[in-house]
Amino acid sequence: MRHVGLIRIAVIAALIGALEFACQSSLISRRTIVPPSEMATTLYKILVSGAINADIARTLGVIVVVIVFSIVLGFALGVLIHALPRVREALDPLFATYYAVPVFIFYPVLIAIFGLSIFPIVVIGVATAVVAMIIATLNGLDRVPRVLTKVARVHRLGRVATALTLQLPAAAPYLFTGVKLSVSYGFIAVIAAEFILSPAGLGRDIADAYADFNNRRMYALILFLLIVATIVNAALHAFDMRWAARRSGGRL
Amino acid sequence: MTDAAVPRDVHARLRGVTRTYPGAGNQPPVHALGPIDLDLSKGEFFAVVGPSGCGKSTFLEVLAGLQRPSAGTVTFEGKPILGEVADGIGVVFQEDASFPWLTVWDNAAFGLRRSGIAEAEVRRRVEDALAFMGLKDFTRAYPSQLSGGMRQRVCIARTLVLQPRLILLDEPFGALDAQTRLLMGDEVLRLWRSTGATVLLITHALDEAAMLADRVGAMSARPGRFIEVIETGWPRERDSSIVAEAAFGEITGRLWERLRGESLKALGASRLATAAAD
Repeated sequence: MRHVGLIRIAVIAALIGALEFACQSSLISRRTIVPPSEMATTLYKILVSGAINADIARTLGVIVVVIVFSIVLGFALGVLIHALPRVREALDPLFATYYAVPVFIFYPVLIAIFGLSIFPIVVIGVATAVVAMIIATLNGLDRVPRVLTKVARVHRLGRVATALTLQLPAAAPYLFTGVKLSVSYGFIAVIAAEFILSPAGLGRDIADAYADFNNRRMYALILFLLIVATIVNAALHAFDMRWAARRSGGRL
Repeated sequence: MTDAAVPRDVHARLRGVTRTYPGAGNQPPVHALGPIDLDLSKGEFFAVVGPSGCGKSTFLEVLAGLQRPSAGTVTFEGKPILGEVADGIGVVFQEDASFPWLTVWDNAAFGLRRSGIAEAEVRRRVEDALAFMGLKDFTRAYPSQLSGGMRQRVCIARTLVLQPRLILLDEPFGALDAQTRLLMGDEVLRLWRSTGATVLLITHALDEAAMLADRVGAMSARPGRFIEVIETGWPRERDSSIVAEAAFGEITGRLWERLRGESLKALGASRLATAAAD
């Protein structure tokens, strides 16, 4: 492991240790935060009991659906909008201010339409994540060097072949930024939507534990989500780093 | 050194070619090129020099089929070029056009694999081209690991594997230092001799044009027209050592004599445009 990686782990370990000490020595009330060791042991017990397996499957399943939909739809819409400059001109102000408007305000409307099912959550999740993917796709396609389009014509590639063999790989680093953002937004939107109003899911579990003043369970579930989100993002980051290193390696 | 006569074995022909771009907004149309009449003979090395913005690259793109002429005709091997790149034409651009996501090998093989040629033949041609361009030790490297000159050689190799009969080079060494350009010039001469292809080189460097070409077309300020085509008279077996010959200085001097006024015109136009913009 690299030096910087060790430092990173040491910093996290020190923060967890400091929190443990503060909680165990009552510097922080247990009503506010339970010690990290209790979070971990409670989480272990919950996971071993299998009591939340259905909720884990439901929440992670919805997150995967939201991410896949957002990436595919965002990429397709990005390509389409990029090909239609006037449409883009009209939509650009909307994209620029999109995240200034909380999409969650539409959640009650979606529940009224779809009922208390996973559909409002999927719609909220996709609505939150898809624009990041659209913007990343537009950015990526904007940055494809014009000369590659000429190379495509010299090789007599059709539009689809040009898009798949040249434009898509050339824009890939920007698209991957969109993927990473979609994953993050997907997690946030699904958990938040479950938290607000949902009959099941990890967000619902956390909300119930909060309402019951069951701090141990609440923090255990939060810890679980933190671990999952960290693993997913760390995996994406590691992939991104390896990929970037390959594309911009040192000169020979 | 003599004024060029019309070559006999015509490989590509341009007649009355002009290119006009529509003006942006309320601006008038921009007459970028022509009229141009030119015959390129089979297997010759023709260079085009001219002031900045005179339409050299437009000329190359019209000849390649990347742009349609506004008027006139372009033919390659007797067939008209109608806004599409014809089979047998290869183009190397000034910008780095290597694919950063592919290795040197895959970059070179790109066009061949698209054309459905058998993998054994792809391997043979790519090996030959990379060896020819001095890249056989870098087959697994990515473009980002190479110098600018090496990346340009990757692009030339990618063109070479398709065995083009007309190779169009759009200032391929523009971003390289003077010494590397001379050496790359030697490689292009070697390539030209070994393939027997017709080569058209666009360059802003008079010495490069004078050293490499059989004929050099001096282009006017915009709209670009050939104000003189100079025959260098170099033997086919030549390399960068000819820069030491007296005739080289004469050719370069004559080119500059023809282009100095045009360059001043282009510079004046550019200053006027800047002043108008301010």
